[in-house]
Amino acid sequence: MSFLRGRLGRSKVDSSKQAVGGNSPVKKRNLSIGKVPDQAVRIGTVFILAIGAAVALRQHFIPESFGELGHYRANAIPVIAGAKLHYAGWQKCGECHEDQLNKKMGGFHKALSCETCHGPAYDHAVVDPTDTEATPKIPRNREFCLTCHSYLPSRPTGFPQIIELQHNPMEPCVKCHNPHDPAAQAEAPACSGCHGEIARTKAISHHSLLRCETCHATPPEHKENPRQNLPKKPTNREFCGQCHAEGTPTSGTLLGVDLSTREIPKVDLATHGNTYLCWQCHYPHDPEGK
Amino acid sequence: MGDKLKRRAFVRKIVEGTASVVMLSVCGPMRSLVGASEEAEAPAYDATKHYYGMGVQIDKCIGCGRCADACKSENNVPREPFYFRTWVERYVIDNEREVHVDSPGGGIHGFPPPATEEDVLRSFFVPKLCNHCDHPPCVQVCPVGATFKTQDGVVLVDQDYCVGCRYCIQACPYGARYLHPEKHTADKCTFCYHRITKGMLPACVEVCPTQARVFGEIKGRSSPLHRLMKMEEIQVLKPELNTEPKVLYTKLDGEVR
Repeated sequence: MSFLRGRLGRSKVDSSKQAVGGNSPVKKRNLSIGKVPDQAVRIGTVFILAIGAAVALRQHFIPESFGELGHYRANAIPVIAGAKLHYAGWQKCGECHEDQLNKKMGGFHKALSCETCHGPAYDHAVVDPTDTEATPKIPRNREFCLTCHSYLPSRPTGFPQIIELQHNPMEPCVKCHNPHDPAAQAEAPACSGCHGEIARTKAISHHSLLRCETCHATPPEHKENPRQNLPKKPTNREFCGQCHAEGTPTSGTLLGVDLSTREIPKVDLATHGNTYLCWQCHYPHDPEGK
Repeated sequence: MGDKLKRRAFVRKIVEGTASVVMLSVCGPMRSLVGASEEAEAPAYDATKHYYGMGVQIDKCIGCGRCADACKSENNVPREPFYFRTWVERYVIDNEREVHVDSPGGGIHGFPPPATEEDVLRSFFVPKLCNHCDHPPCVQVCPVGATFKTQDGVVLVDQDYCVGCRYCIQACPYGARYLHPEKHTADKCTFCYHRITKGMLPACVEVCPTQARVFGEIKGRSSPLHRLMKMEEIQVLKPELNTEPKVLYTKLDGEVR
């Protein structure tokens, strides 16, 4: 049966050909080259076109220098490496400001770069030193020093820190410390520099007009080596009695204080307070009876 | 069997040969062009002769935030307090051994004193930055090849080629990347590549007042970092991820993540 069908089909085609074309040649679109068949030529053309397109697209989409050093544009590296500089480095600063640098190198701030405090200085140090807009800033406010030196429990032990409210509150640090050599200066701060809490207590007490040295004879070395050169303290009742014993003058000047303007409490040293020393009952920095 | 292998090798050679011819014809002329321009710009610097790393000494950090501030100045990082190439974290471990981590503004303006000091068991600062991993996950995930590890070991972002898809930001286990709000591309620490290629120190290392940060060659050359690696016990962040960071910490607490 199948054989028959095949024959019938072929005969049909033959008959239609005869009806349309008559004697016209059937093989008009013959692409074969030599003995290479049609279909191979067609698929070959498609492949060549596809490869050509792929190469063209690659060149179009894959950027220049991609893949040279790895899966990235090698050209990006010089762009990143050519970014603008802002920090010049302390060596550059030292070329002009040698005296400051030398001073800094001898002090506790020797490891600090100039630009840590003065800010980025490349434009000033390298580009144009005369450009006033690029001149580095000098931080003089207390807050700036406190970014490093305020007390925080997280800071490493031994790093110099101050409790802001106790260490000369409101005073700018540069008043006593030269930032280029911040150690305790020869011209040391007043007693309140270290003993601020006592100084403030005394300042609002009846003893506010007395200088610390009136009661505490202080060797000058105390300011450099405080613990080896401790100031003196009064040792007996008679010391307080200079002002507070009965019979002491009530007019004139004593220890730099005009006595007539003051109502100094007087006691009989022989009977007052038994054998106790004055400061066992009265706190001299803030005596009671305001 | 032998016949099969021979045929396979033959096919492979043909494919390789064709590929190399195509590649050479496409890339050859470009390479010579690029090489010439690069040499003219930086004749002294040879990336193959360097391999960089950074040491961070936890016990020296005072939490002043000068590094984060200098980084923003040097690299034009937006001043808003959410964009950082480097920042400082404060770890506070209380008496119940609870860990509190904070980094107000990246630490640029310092840290406020903790609420209750009596409750602090121990506390320290941890400066953080891109770890420049030897096996960087961010490079793996970049779909366009815009982030890469250079020959000198620095992981960089190609700002002109990044499409801003944020995959790398997600992939970084250290949170070291951010999307630049103006360029709309990923941005991160470059070890100040523009400085180190000129023989200068990164800005954060330059300004660190206590030398908590140490920068140098990681591979057997005499450098401050090499000395640090020799003398100190070195730890890295998240070693279990096998990213092999090149930012090395000393005295790192176990609580640091």
